Order: sequence, then structure tokens, then C-alpha cells
Amino acid sequence: MITGQPIDRRDGRQKVTGAATYAAEFAIPATVHAVLVQSTIAAGQIAGFDLAVAQGMPGVLAIITPDNAPKLSTKGGVPQAITQPALQDLEVIYNGQHVAIVVAETLERAQAAAAAVKLRYTEGEAQTTMEGALDQAYVPKNFRNGQRKPDSSRGDPAGSFAAAPVRIRATYTTPNEHHNPMEPHATIAAWDGDRLTVWTSTQGISGAQATLAGMFGIEKANVRVICPFVGGGFGSKGSTWPPATLAAMAARVVKRPVKLVLSRAQMFTSNGFRPMTVQKIAIGVANDGTLLSVRHDGISQMSMPKLGEFVEPVALATEMLYACPNLAVTHRLVGVNQGLPTYMRAPGEAPGVFAIESAMDEVAVALKMDPIVLRLKNYAETDPHENLPFSSKRLRECYEQGAAEFGWARRTLEPRSMRDGDWLVGMGMATSTYPTNQSPASARIRLMANGNVVVQSGTQDLGTGTYTVMAQLAADEFGLPIERVRVELGDSRLPSAPVSGGSQTVASVGSAVLAACKLARDHAIAMAISDAGDRWAGAKPADFHLENGAVVGPPGRMTLGEMMARRNVESVDVQGDAKPPGKDDKTHSLHAFGAQFAEVRVDSLTGEIRVSRLVGVFDGGRVLNAKTAHSQLIGGMTFGVGMALLEETLVDEATGRIVNANISEYVVPVNADIPVITAKLLEADDRVANPVGAKGLGELPMVGMAAAIANAVFHATGIRVRDLPIRLDDMLA
Amino acid sequence: MVLQVNGQRVSLSLEPRTSLLDALREYAGLTGTKKGCDRGSCGACTVHIDGRRVVSCLTLAARAQGKAVTTIEGLASGDDLHPMQAAFLHHDAYQCGYCTPGQIMSAVALVQEGHAGSDAEIRENMSGNICRCGAYANIVGAIRDAAGRA
Ligand code: FES
Ligand code: FES
Repeated sequence: MITGQPIDRRDGRQKVTGAATYAAEFAIPATVHAVLVQSTIAAGQIAGFDLAVAQGMPGVLAIITPDNAPKLSTKGGVPQAITQPALQDLEVIYNGQHVAIVVAETLERAQAAAAAVKLRYTEGEAQTTMEGALDQAYVPKNFRNGQRKPDSSRGDPAGSFAAAPVRIRATYTTPNEHHNPMEPHATIAAWDGDRLTVWTSTQGISGAQATLAGMFGIEKANVRVICPFVGGGFGSKGSTWPPATLAAMAARVVKRPVKLVLSRAQMFTSNGFRPMTVQKIAIGVANDGTLLSVRHDGISQMSMPKLGEFVEPVALATEMLYACPNLAVTHRLVGVNQGLPTYMRAPGEAPGVFAIESAMDEVAVALKMDPIVLRLKNYAETDPHENLPFSSKRLRECYEQGAAEFGWARRTLEPRSMRDGDWLVGMGMATSTYPTNQSPASARIRLMANGNVVVQSGTQDLGTGTYTVMAQLAADEFGLPIERVRVELGDSRLPSAPVSGGSQTVASVGSAVLAACKLARDHAIAMAISDAGDRWAGAKPADFHLENGAVVGPPGRMTLGEMMARRNVESVDVQGDAKPPGKDDKTHSLHAFGAQFAEVRVDSLTGEIRVSRLVGVFDGGRVLNAKTAHSQLIGGMTFGVGMALLEETLVDEATGRIVNANISEYVVPVNADIPVITAKLLEADDRVANPVGAKGLGELPMVGMAAAIANAVFHATGIRVRDLPIRLDDMLA
Repeated sequence: MVLQVNGQRVSLSLEPRTSLLDALREYAGLTGTKKGCDRGSCGACTVHIDGRRVVSCLTLAARAQGKAVTTIEGLASGDDLHPMQAAFLHHDAYQCGYCTPGQIMSAVALVQEGHAGSDAEIRENMSGNICRCGAYANIVGAIRDAAGRA
């Protein structure tokens, strides 16, 4: 088996030599440069543009504003987050909104002219932060795309809470956070008549294709999206945000290929962010730790309804995390004059599990109970929300192995009871979970006459290892060494695949690849049987397999080369499709799980917080490549350290302007912040979940990290911080 | 303007304000050097000038004239990867790969500077190179490995 092996990433050589080509790096002849201009007020109307200076600057080809922008269409349901296209009217609803595009011969000239564009505004009233408008929270209109209601409950949450002997009530808050992938959003757009080609950095080429086709009112087949490498996305490249459309608009106006790359500052106002949340939790518990009642009310920040709707679904994990008969969850929104929020790594789960798993720690403290014992006491053997068995759940082993690996037994129960010189030492843990998603996907197998195989799918590799693991799956299906399998992706001309989000790529695309492999194998075997005449007369397809470019039968073999030569073809293409069972056919609840542990050290004199060790043990289903899977785990845990201790987007209330829109003051983890990480995956192949057996790894290791660290900080210091990120000043309170 | 990049003479028509990073990416066709912030904060644009690591976004192309510029494209000799590149490949010291050229250029310089003595020293001296994919643990492993073999 090649699948599962820790083989080196197949695109690794390109990445370490600088040969991997990201969106902005395609050399398209005659390309000119576009730079965006953004609003400097939070609400109001654009009264006018003063463009004379900018227009007179050298090399300027066009300045596009709402006054002269081509009209874009939203007919045909544009599948992107922002339902209102940019540059179509003069209303400003947030600071940093796109208000003009400047196109010039060179990047330097476009930047200089963009800086010279002046706007006059009629300012309106703005509500720039959520804190001041919590009393205006409203019910989402389109929660989970209308697939479910924003509220749910079971049993009698209020009555059981009132009757509970031990009660915990607390409010947890998480800030606006920005994805900040290292590669800024970038698009090169080129028109040829009514045909558009874009090289764009996206987590979903099929979505980008549909969006652009819709906006410009052309056939999907006339839009080609190319994206062989993505420099990180984390959700920010999941939807097709206005800059991609504006690049195509500019290219149409100047009739030249246009390159538009966002600045790091513009990355804070152009492609969503994780919205601030305020979460109220109420837990009623028996003296022995049995959960009697759980309530989780979440409010998240929204923009103005004109832009669409995004809800951070914070309480969904709470519904299924523990066996508790009485439970209620709600989701509300508060509209402010900020951009539209969006999915960010583990949307919902990351802030939601921070809240519920911090609250569980508070329960354990109140009961003087070991936090793992409390969780085991309430272990959900089946999904208490969906009332279905889990396709697999090995969380108990995650707790056990994680505790052993981490040395949990050394932990003393009392907070502030472990020291190492001036350092207060704390050990914390939290549960992690993330749903196993799957969407319809297609893949094509091309059998070559020389026996090699090409795997093609219009998916994308965000760095998660798609190129590598799809090759591994196919190599095993055809009995080929991996060198003889090539994977092609990142082009909308390939069979369609879903957005790479929600940790669903392996389950979705992998299942399609397996389906295509099976069909291709069947096809090859059928060809061989028919070509063999008497030799294999009466043989059943099940008696054959493929190996090293040949159909091997009972007895003897026939090469694909011979069969194709007879047919005078050089290759045979077979497409396979896979989709998840429909809602009504669902027999199991599908989730990945994990147990996450953190050791922190807090300087008793200065309050400095250091994470000194991290351990995570995960039940993520089948591992397709032990090396790339491990990288996903440490990457997610590192991202979680940022959420716990560093990351927060700050808004100036008066102007609605983001004041730390750069990557030095929006602090993300650097190398020195990250300690030794132990990350393990249980052997846990789950073919009930999907044909691949994988449950998704992109988000899972992020989910429990913030709570584990917050709980460790409490254990170190006795200070419970319910407002992320946890900062040094919290320790000096 | 004439630059010496990876041992080659590159003649470019540039404005005085053009950064070395933009000169490489937009004019010389050397896109291996990445732009992450354009403000000196992320390290993605790290190159060597006369053997020293610099962030090319904060270096004017004009200031690099007459000096030897080395980028990620100039590190391997033919098909043979530089030991640091091989170590990054083997340790999977990346995910998306966008920060990787900058990490590798920093790492090569760090070993030459004698700053790869311990994991703690590596972490400290590599903290100017942000990896949002969070590959730090593997980056440390790769550098430790490459430094040991160098
Ligand atoms: S691009 Fe130069 S340091 Fe970020
Ligand atoms: S590998 Fe993606 S930012 Fe480092």
C-alpha cells in the first residue's frame, strides 16, 4: 500500500526551488497592473471623485469608479459571499470598501496614481463596532443556507437548569480575526472576445468560474479559471470576493490582461474575516458531574444586509459534544459598518468550542473534578442531536493516549499549584470535534498506453497535500509505483470539484477519484477480456486486476499498450463521480474528534505567557499520507495558538477603520512562539463516513486549541480569561 | 539598471523607486521570491545580497547594483538541491509553500551566521519569517538536520 505512507509531497521540489507558480506569477504577455482604492469613511455616500491629478500621471490607462464602471449582473444567483457586486453604486457601508480601480502600465505607476485618487463624501451615521449594538441582535434569515433553523432545543433546558444543584453561567467573547494567508489574493484576468481566463488564488475554482460567468453574463464554459498553487487560504479564498471580479472588469475596460494583487492592508477589508462573537453559556450539573442542562447563546458580528449574510455557527458543536438530555442553542447577528465576515479555519467550531470547553473546565473546577473524568462521565456514545450512531468515534482513546503522552497524571488538581522557579505551570485540555463533510465531485482517470495514469480533477491544493494523496490513492488502485501517476488539478476545464473548505477535499475528491479508478479498471478489464478471445472466455471481471500497466488475469496478462495499439488510441479517459448520501438517507452522524493538551508557563512577576508543550491525539479517520497529515495537525495547532494568545483585529470606533491592518500589529504566531508539538492520529479508517475512509483534518486540530490553552492558563494562575486573545495584561489583573 | 542575480547579469529598465522584490518578480521574471506584506514584516521576500539575508521588499533595486543577489532560484546546482532545500522537502517544512523560499533563504544564511546551534536559537533567529500554515515545528527540524550535515 502506498496510501498512508509518509512519502514526500509531490509538489515539494517545485515549492523548495521557487518553481511553483502562484496566481500573480504567470507571465501573460502585455499584462498591465491594477490597484484598488478603498473608502476612508464607514458610512455615507460618495459625493464625487477628483481624478485630474491621478489621470495625468504617467502610465495611467484607466480609472474605474462607480461613475463609469461596467454594470455587473447578479442574475442567475451568483454563488459568492458578497451578493452585491462592487463599484455599482455610490453608497459606502464600511471603511475599506472598494471604490475605484486604477490601471497603469506598471505596478509602481498604478500604486502612485491610486494614492492620488481623491474622494469627497457625504458622511452618514455609522455603527462601527458590535459591542455598542448588542441590543439590536437579530435572527439570521438564511442560517446554514436555510438547511436548518438558527435555534434548536431538546428536553427542558430551563427547568432542568433551575433544578440543578451546581450551575455555571459565563460569557465568552472572541474578536474579529483575519486569515492572513501568506499569499495575498491575486488575479490575472485576460479576455479574448467574450471568453475570460483568470489565474486567481482561490479555494474553489468551480465557484470562481460560476461567479465570474454570472457577473459578466457569459456562459460558464467561456470562463476558465487556473490555479495550480494556492499560498494558503484558511477560508479567505473560499468565496470569490470582489477583487477577482474587478480585475476582470478592468481587463475588459483597458482591453489588456490585468494583474490585481491586494496589499496586505487590503487583505483586511477585501475577503472576509472571522467575526467577533459573544457567547453566553449556562450549564447545570449534578454533583457527580452528570450534565443536566446546557444552553449556548451565540451572537456574531455581521455587516449590512445588502452584502449578504454570514453567521458564525458557534453552538453547533455544543449540540452533539456531550450526552445531555436538556439543551438549547441560539444564533443571532448584529449588523455593523464593517465588511462581510466569512468562514475562517473551523468556522463556528473554533470560537464555539473555546466557549463550551472553557465552560466545561469551569464545571470541573466547581466540582473539584478532573476535567477528563468530567468529559468521560458525559461521553456521547451516539449523536444526541441527530439521534444517530456515529460512523466512528474513538474520542475515548484520544483522551487516554493524549493524557498518557502529555503526562496528565502529573497534573495537580488545584490551580496555581505547579511551579518551576518563577514560572507558574499550568496543564489544560479540551475536546476537539469537526463534522466530516462531503460534496459532489468528479474526477477523470486517463489510462496511458505506456501504462501510466493521469488523475484529473478541478480541485485545488491549498498546501494540504491534494496532489500527493490523490496520486497515492490511484497508485494503489492500479498497482503502480507512485512515479507513474500524475495528478492534474487547479483548472476549471477538469471535471468539477467543490470548494476546498470544511475539511472536505479528501472525502469529496478522493471518493470521486476512487470511483473513477474503479470504472477505469473495469473498462480496462472489459477491453482485455474482449481482446483475448478464447484465452479468457468465461472469465469473470473479478478474476482480474491491474498491475504495472497490464491487466493480469487467470492466467496471463495483457498490457494496456497492446489494447490501445489495437484500437489505435494513445489513452483512454474514464470519469467517475461521487456524492454523499441525501439528507433522508443519512444513517450515521459523521464527525472527527480529538483530545488536545497544552502546558503553559506564566511568569509570576511579569505575566508573560509561554506555551511550553502541545499534545494532540486525533480520530480523523484514515490517514492517506502520514507526513502531510502530520503537517496539517501541527499547522492547525499552531493556528490555534494564535487564536488563543495573539490574534485580534482592532477597529477604531470613530472611523470604523482597522488600525492594525498589517502583519506586524495583527500578531500571528512566529517560530519562537511554537514549542515542541506532539500530534498523533489514531488508525481509524472509516468507510461508513465515505469511500475513502477519511474524516477531514484541516480544521480539527485548531478546534480545541484555544480552550486547552485558556484552561492551562487558569490552571497555572487561577485566572479565568473568557475573552480572547489571552494577553499579558490579563495576568496582571 | 544592471543587477547581478544568481551569477547572471540582468539588465532591466526600472524606476528609482522600484524595490528589489518588484524588480525580481515583475521585471526579471524571477517569481520564486515572494511578496507577503511589502513592508518588511513577513520575510517571504528574503534574498541574499553578498551572502547576507535581506528583505527585498525594503531594498531598492538600485541599491543592489554592483552586488551579488542570490534568490531561491539560484540555490540549487542544476538538478541537485541545496541541502537546505532537500531538508525542507524531506521534513515537509511547509504546506502551501508560499513562505518557503523566504524560509529557506533565511535558513541558509542562519546556518552560515552560526545561529543554528540549538532549536531555541533556530526558533529565535527564524522568527522574522512567518509561516501562516504553521510549519514551524518542521522548519526547525529541517534546519537542525541541514545544519548538522553542512
Ligand atoms: S514581503 Fe518583504 S518582508 Fe514581507
Ligand atoms: S507554507 Fe504556507 S505560509 Fe508557510
